[in-house]
Amino acid sequence: MTKLRFHIRFPEEKIPEPVIYQIGHEYQVVTSIRRADVRATTGWMDVEFSGETEEIERAIAGLRNKGVLVDPIELNVVE
Amino acid sequence: MAKMKALICRECGKEYPTEALHVCELCFGPLEVKYNYDEIKEAMPRASVEAGPKSLWRYKELLPIEGGPTVGLHAGMTPLVHAKNLGSFLGLDELYIKNDCVNQPTLSFKDRVVAVALTRARELGYETAACASTGNLANSVAAHAAQAGMQCYVFIPGDLEAAKVLGNLIYRPKVVEIEGNYDDVNRLCSEIAGERRWAFVNVNIRPYYAEGSKTLAFEVVEQLGWRAPDQVVVPMASGSLLTKIWKGLNEFKKIGFLKDVSTKVNGAQAEGCSPIATAFKAGRDFFKPVKPNTIAKSLAIGNPADGYYALKTTMESGGAMEAVTDDEVIEGIKLLAQTEGIFAETAGGVTISTLRKLVKQGAIKKHDVTVAYITGNGLKTQEAVVDSVGRPFRIPPSLVKFEQTFGQQGAA
Ligand SMILES: Cc1ncc(COP(=O)(O)O)c(C=O)c1O
Ligand SMILES: [Zn+2]
Repeated sequence: MTKLRFHIRFPEEKIPEPVIYQIGHEYQVVTSIRRADVRATTGWMDVEFSGETEEIERAIAGLRNKGVLVDPIELNVVE
Repeated sequence: MAKMKALICRECGKEYPTEALHVCELCFGPLEVKYNYDEIKEAMPRASVEAGPKSLWRYKELLPIEGGPTVGLHAGMTPLVHAKNLGSFLGLDELYIKNDCVNQPTLSFKDRVVAVALTRARELGYETAACASTGNLANSVAAHAAQAGMQCYVFIPGDLEAAKVLGNLIYRPKVVEIEGNYDDVNRLCSEIAGERRWAFVNVNIRPYYAEGSKTLAFEVVEQLGWRAPDQVVVPMASGSLLTKIWKGLNEFKKIGFLKDVSTKVNGAQAEGCSPIATAFKAGRDFFKPVKPNTIAKSLAIGNPADGYYALKTTMESGGAMEAVTDDEVIEGIKLLAQTEGIFAETAGGVTISTLRKLVKQGAIKKHDVTVAYITGNGLKTQEAVVDSVGRPFRIPPSLVKFEQTFGQQGAA
């Protein structure tokens, strides 16, 4: 089992949607939110995904398809 | 008692042992090094610093290593130049250039952070150094790893210019080109860093790595005769350097080297990648990530890890931030070269043009003791200025033609 940590950002129109709940249903991954700041027009969450690596990758692709931005917890590591 | 107390979470304050950790297990906030300053104060009288090596290791008590330095022995102690010509052009009495164009061995300030990161990595038992980088960081990691006899992996995006790839290959690391867009490359590198027992300098070793930047504050204070500048201007990519200059100044106060720190810490970015400066100017405490589009490639980090902390630092210190256009970057490079004889890379152009803007706005004043941090060498980014420096005079091998071109007295 793999655990990967991500910083995800929601565009304004996605803020009211239960995106994390949906991902937990659509893919075999467990999500654990550690820190978040969701305001009227911007929102982000620091989340851990656990599951098989391939399934996490599919979940990430699924999030991106929903228009959610997914970065590693370290943000930009390519300097 | 050890001088390093712990790693501490910048968000929730939870403490961790001083190992290769970088993220808080609890809240996923970034970790940083916490010290025993009373201990350090005892171990580090001013006289011993002054008698120390002519490198950043003269401040080793305030650096996150347990033994002595083993990698990057010649980094730091670069010149602090009293820039009288540029100062008089800008209307500043006391302008200084901290010239890290000549840092050793790879001519950028990254030699400081990598010297500290790899010395610590070896203490922690690592045999392989790694990084993901498009420029200065990769050069420095590859060079230091070669010298230290470490294995080295450098990850680069697949579309990097040939000259930049060569600058790494010469040191013979394993250079891995990754296909895909920037976000894919970035995410994969973070995952590889999590998978391997490697010293990924700016990922799992980052708390130690970042501390190396404090030496840019320490040296300036010492070189100014043990006083803190009134103003500093610092280029920002991840924003780490700016926060660590502030940390360094305040540590000198903690150990009694400075009575007070009232330095204003100003941040500089290129407009084509200015998430931090844009947030600052809008009065926001958070930044919006951007897709970089600027010639200042060494500062082109669109989603900066320390952006939030850089904003806090500049606000706390009473400084300002500005962003400049690519044309202004080129003008800045030329202005520094033509007044002070220092050829900086694009990041230096960003710093100089930002300095100029801040002077014009009245944020930096005539009598302020001001330090501009010039962090990389112009020979690495020649493509940025190649079209704006003119051409040589071309004449046949004839004295007559020479005198026709330049006149009898030699003036053109
Ligand atoms: C030449 C140069 N100056 C400044 C910086 C900014 O460093 P930081 O990421 O700490 O803000 C970089 C780093 O990427 C750099 O290469
Ligand atoms: Zn924490």
